[in-house]
Amino acid sequence: MTSIIEIKNLKTRFFTADGVVKAVNDVSYTMESGEILGVVGESGCGKSVHAMSIMQLIPDPPGKITNGEIIFEGRDLLKLSDAEMRKIRGRDIAMIFQDPMTSLNPVFTVGYQIVEAIRLHNDVTKKEARKRAGELLALVGIPGAEERLDDYPHQFSGGMRQRAMIAMGLSCEPKLLIADEPTTALDVTIQAQIVDLVKKLQDELGMAIMWITHDLGVVAEMADRINVMYAGSIIETGEIHNVYKRTKHPYTTGLLGSLPRLDDEPGTELTSVPGLPPDLLALPEGCAFAARCGYRDEKCVAERPILEKIAGYDHQVACWHWEKIEGDGK
Amino acid sequence: MDTKKPLVSVRNLKKHFPITGGILQRQIGAVKAVDDVSFDIFKGETLGLVGETGCGKTTVGRTMMRLYEPTSGGIIFDGVDLIALGESDLRKIRQRMQMIFQDPYASLNPRMTVGSIVKAPLDVHTKMNSKEKHDRIQELLDIVGLNPDFVNRYPHEFSGGQRQRIGIARALALEPALIVCDEPISSLDVSIQAQVVNLLEKLQKELGLAYLFIAHDLSMVRHISDRMAVMYLGKIMELADRDSIYLHPVHPYTRALMSAVPIPDPDSTAAHDRILLDGDIPNPKNPPTGCNFNTRCPVAQDRCFVEEPEYREIKENHWTACHFAEVTP
Ligand SMILES: Nc1ncnc2c1ncn2[C@@H]1O[C@H](COP(=O)(O)OP(=O)(O)OP(=O)(O)O)[C@@H](O)[C@H]1O
Ligand SMILES: Nc1ncnc2c1ncn2[C@@H]1O[C@H](COP(=O)(O)OP(=O)(O)OP(=O)(O)O)[C@@H](O)[C@H]1O
Ligand code: SF4
Ligand SMILES: [Mg+2]
Ligand SMILES: [Mg+2]
Repeated sequence: MTSIIEIKNLKTRFFTADGVVKAVNDVSYTMESGEILGVVGESGCGKSVHAMSIMQLIPDPPGKITNGEIIFEGRDLLKLSDAEMRKIRGRDIAMIFQDPMTSLNPVFTVGYQIVEAIRLHNDVTKKEARKRAGELLALVGIPGAEERLDDYPHQFSGGMRQRAMIAMGLSCEPKLLIADEPTTALDVTIQAQIVDLVKKLQDELGMAIMWITHDLGVVAEMADRINVMYAGSIIETGEIHNVYKRTKHPYTTGLLGSLPRLDDEPGTELTSVPGLPPDLLALPEGCAFAARCGYRDEKCVAERPILEKIAGYDHQVACWHWEKIEGDGK
Repeated sequence: MDTKKPLVSVRNLKKHFPITGGILQRQIGAVKAVDDVSFDIFKGETLGLVGETGCGKTTVGRTMMRLYEPTSGGIIFDGVDLIALGESDLRKIRQRMQMIFQDPYASLNPRMTVGSIVKAPLDVHTKMNSKEKHDRIQELLDIVGLNPDFVNRYPHEFSGGQRQRIGIARALALEPALIVCDEPISSLDVSIQAQVVNLLEKLQKELGLAYLFIAHDLSMVRHISDRMAVMYLGKIMELADRDSIYLHPVHPYTRALMSAVPIPDPDSTAAHDRILLDGDIPNPKNPPTGCNFNTRCPVAQDRCFVEEPEYREIKENHWTACHFAEVTP
């Protein structure tokens, strides 16, 4: 496999009246072409900002990428001009945003919006683009796709809007698709349809997919690898079985323990993580998880652990005491 | 149903919201948000209520407390017929049925301190003197795991999970017998959800509370419930103890819903046996005739499109509304 994107020491900051929000802190990882990477973590941990940084869609001011490299097909995206980046966005890297209602424009028909997306990057006639748009809507499973092109977003259900977003994301056959919480707002039977659809499309088209979500269940089901984020950093990452079954970070362990499973023995107690995530305006010196961690000692409070490779496994963890942690992953 | 006496009995409850239209805003139809629903809740137990957006869960909770006026049907709470009560008697009995809400931000008055939020029900409904009230507030904050020194702080100074605890303290103030929990954890992060659920379970054990626990998250509802009811388009499709619902569901909708839940384990094979439903939930303004699940049901027969299945007890304490429940393997 060859890597499709390599992110090195990415830092993104928001310079606000209250101070500097350290939203993304030294994030480094590589995605292989054709792989599905799950990105998980709690609200506010930097999942969206890190993805927007890759797309270079961070509002500036107040935001700024202050450090790092984003190597995509041999080029550092952070060194490209705006015009060069616009060509990559949508064509090579496409993103589906967290809220489909804000990313589909309510005053234009769904078909018009897909046609525009296609014509932005391809030299085709309106007629050809419309034909392609109909095929795309059919591909994502919208019944009567041709006729539905002339519908406005509000005439679609939540699940159909999400499918339309996926169709738009796929319109230029990107090499990397970033999907930010694509199913969070949907009901579970509709989510199951979308997950099934994306897995099938990935099989057929072979693009790499970054799937950002709160839902450790969905990631377990579809991802090859996972990044667990906490307070703007990746604290555990690796092949999915390694992270779920040989969990080595106390936060990941806590997260898995606080999730009930549908197939649990009834009466299984949930092991909640005490306390709250830290304020990104005032990150502690040492490990960001230390205040909530049962393994904490002086070193944890004084010094920030960085990702360390676990020999022999596709698995990295940022914790001083990972060797003590018996991750049975339930 | 059971030889135990239920705390609440809901029978054939309907709540239809009028749809108006035209220049005269005349009623031209109705959303049958809750359409002929019956269930019991026993003292000290949790009945889980699940189903997809818009299926009527919140309306069941609110109508059961007569916060919405029912269109028809009966509600007996601790032997008292709620439908027959006048406004002042109703207010008195509602002290014993409380509600906690999905949005811990919107449900607390931002201009009131934590102390005054928890004190409000004591002011209205009790004759406690100020010392007694003070002590009770301290006790309540302690029970829900909030530092009693926080009484003079305002809601915005707290996190979502802490605000939900404030809402729980307020709900407990008058020693209710029943709490309707409407999506109490949906807006919270996973690691915080477990804190709140563990608290609700602890309080139930200590205080003998009954819960109607409404949520989307089937794994969490199964975790906390003794029995579960599955709703679809205003009706209960199936109701049974949590293990029967999970291990031996008989309604095709329950089966599909259970199978759609992702399991946080990469070795789980549950997804292989998944029953994928076609299409979307029909518009509740215009539900299908016959069985309301017929547009998506993988096993529907001709009969399902003309005849509405009866909601009936097919085994002891196992209720469902599917024509073929008795012959489902
Ligand atoms: N425009 C902005 N100005 C200031 N701070 C911001 C801005 N956008 C994001 N942030 C902050 O950056 C941090 C990371 O936010 P981000 O949206 O990436 O979180 P997330 O992990 O995607 O959360 P969620 O799961 O809720 O979507 C948060 O603390 C957020 O408040
Ligand atoms: N006050 C109201 N007036 C008119 N229609 C209403 C009203 N409240 C609810 N409805 C409708 O009744 C149906 C049931 O709504 P309800 O809020 O009970 O669903 P729910 O199961 O709680 O959904 P969710 O999971 O999204 O909270 C929906 O179609 C809704 O649009
Ligand atoms: S570094 Fe220390 S505080 Fe941080 S997770 Fe590991 S043991 Fe806990
Ligand atoms: Mg986000
Ligand atoms: Mg509701």
